[in-house]
Amino acid sequence: MLRFLLQKLGLLIPTFIGVSIIAFAFIRLLPGDPITLLAGERGVSAERYEQLQATYGFDKPIVVQYFDYLGNILQGDFGTSIVTKRPVLEEFMTLFPATLELSICAIILATAIGIPAGIFAAVRRGSFFDQSIMGVALVGYSMPIFWWGLLLIILFSGILQWTPVSGRISLLYFFQPVTGFMLIDSLLSGQAGAFKSAVSHLILPTVVLATIPLAVIARQTRSAMLEVLSEDYVRTARSKGLAPMRVIGLHALRNALIPVVTTIGLQVGVLLAGAILTETIFSWPGIGKWMVDSVFKRDYSVVQGGLLLIAGMIMLVNLVVDLVYGLINPRIRR
Amino acid sequence: MTDTSQIVEEDLEHLEETVGPARRGRLSEFWYYFSQNKGAVIGLVVFTIVVLVAVFAPLIAPHNPSIQNRDAFLVPPFWMEGGNSAYVLGTDAVGRDILSRLIFGARFSLFIGLFVVVLAMSVGILVGLIAGYARGWVDTVIMRIMDVILAFPSLLLALVLVAILGPGLLNAMVAIALVLQPHFVRLTRASVMAERTREYVISSRVAGAGVFRLMFITILPNCMAPLIVQATLSFSNAILDAAALGFLGMGAQPPTPEWGTMLAEAREFILRAWWVVTFPGLAILVTVLAINLMGDGMRDALDPRLKKS
Repeated sequence: MLRFLLQKLGLLIPTFIGVSIIAFAFIRLLPGDPITLLAGERGVSAERYEQLQATYGFDKPIVVQYFDYLGNILQGDFGTSIVTKRPVLEEFMTLFPATLELSICAIILATAIGIPAGIFAAVRRGSFFDQSIMGVALVGYSMPIFWWGLLLIILFSGILQWTPVSGRISLLYFFQPVTGFMLIDSLLSGQAGAFKSAVSHLILPTVVLATIPLAVIARQTRSAMLEVLSEDYVRTARSKGLAPMRVIGLHALRNALIPVVTTIGLQVGVLLAGAILTETIFSWPGIGKWMVDSVFKRDYSVVQGGLLLIAGMIMLVNLVVDLVYGLINPRIRR
Repeated sequence: MTDTSQIVEEDLEHLEETVGPARRGRLSEFWYYFSQNKGAVIGLVVFTIVVLVAVFAPLIAPHNPSIQNRDAFLVPPFWMEGGNSAYVLGTDAVGRDILSRLIFGARFSLFIGLFVVVLAMSVGILVGLIAGYARGWVDTVIMRIMDVILAFPSLLLALVLVAILGPGLLNAMVAIALVLQPHFVRLTRASVMAERTREYVISSRVAGAGVFRLMFITILPNCMAPLIVQATLSFSNAILDAAALGFLGMGAQPPTPEWGTMLAEAREFILRAWWVVTFPGLAILVTVLAINLMGDGMRDALDPRLKKS
């Protein structure tokens, strides 16, 4: 297992270096002068220009610049926002809980519906239910989620007036964040109605963000289950006269879930890409919207830092998924 | 001497006789399995209709997609109160006919899908062939670069690339192609590695085939099945991602009747005029769904493991 871990880590380091090179190169590839871009100032005087050049280190050779940059990152310095003048890492940490809360709720919803739906479709293969479930899953998989979000807003916020259009909680409530998770913080605040307000703000974004992972998980569960159900040991279990539910639940499901776990783990990247759109539609103050806003505000140091932080996080999650996969499927470890 | 060469020639003739029909046989076998899948056939029909609509857009569209009618702002679809049969699906905020814009939008979406897939696939296959065939450090370097691209959420990377290249449809397509291309590299490389030690490849090399012949003529045709399936998936992904970039204001720029861009323009009217938002998204969904249905059918028809069941 240790060898497996080291092997995976060995693969991760070059990837991280590559990712950091992309983030490093980003500012330098943008059209225009990087110093003017980073300083966010129009018409810098020659004196100030040289001063800034020294501050950002642009007067040094490019290789030295890169290693300085890498050194800063390893010390936790991801740059400073041009617009807010706050450290990028600090902004990321403030906004990340909002994305995390939304993503966790979405993945719970996707798993809670996707796995049973996939099992059911596989067990009743070819039936009307199977075809309907797989049909709906394919529609979900093909969904432009930004449009799906707008449709839900029209129906639930516009016509039915059940849910708010945007934000994380009603402006009526105010409390200091403790965990950063609105669901927990609103309960801790003890204010009547705060929790309900947080939930009603969370429902639509969760549904929108969960749509594609839900479809993927349902399809993957079904095909994994079908594969396992045709295995010899399942036939043996059946011929022994075990109850069908026991065969499906105990013998088949446990083995079918192995690839499903990987699929769920791999949805993290999908979730973050989805968060960019979902958060933009619902004005959800998370890192997805933060990145889009920064691109538009030309706050390039935020884009640079955010790129690296997000990619780093996805790589970490993928590592954990690989390790979990190795744990539950010893064949992989060799 | 003459005897052997004669035998070889006869063998070759015999081979051509059997291979020729086998190729045709494979195609009809593919069609047999593909047409067994009802969803795939429906997908193919819908996709064909979208293609026809795109090709004949100027003939079908009732109005010019970019002409604004000042007397008809936000006219609802014809079946609603206040609707006008001249504007079947209503008009947008500046009085343009939505149906005509959707019809012309089909051209953009199909072009985006085609452009992105051709670019991503040709680059991906070339790089994948090199990685799988060369092995060693070349392979390692290529695959680490692909890992780096895959470490970013695809839409975020595309968004940032467009920020570098400048907003616009062409740049958006190039960015999306770059983001989708690692999948082709990985697939090609995996197939090449599985095939390169097979007997037919070795015998071809022994017979004196050069590297390029081995890569492109001997090995590549035997790796095509998963690549074709991936191409269909990428086609729909390209349409979705381009629409998403358009929606974020980074793809095709107004007044282009691209479906995602139309949605972006319609956002502020969602609570007043549902039709401005509903139809462009529906067009994206139907097109992408049709392509994905076809993709599922192709996968089933090309995957020999699934054929038995």
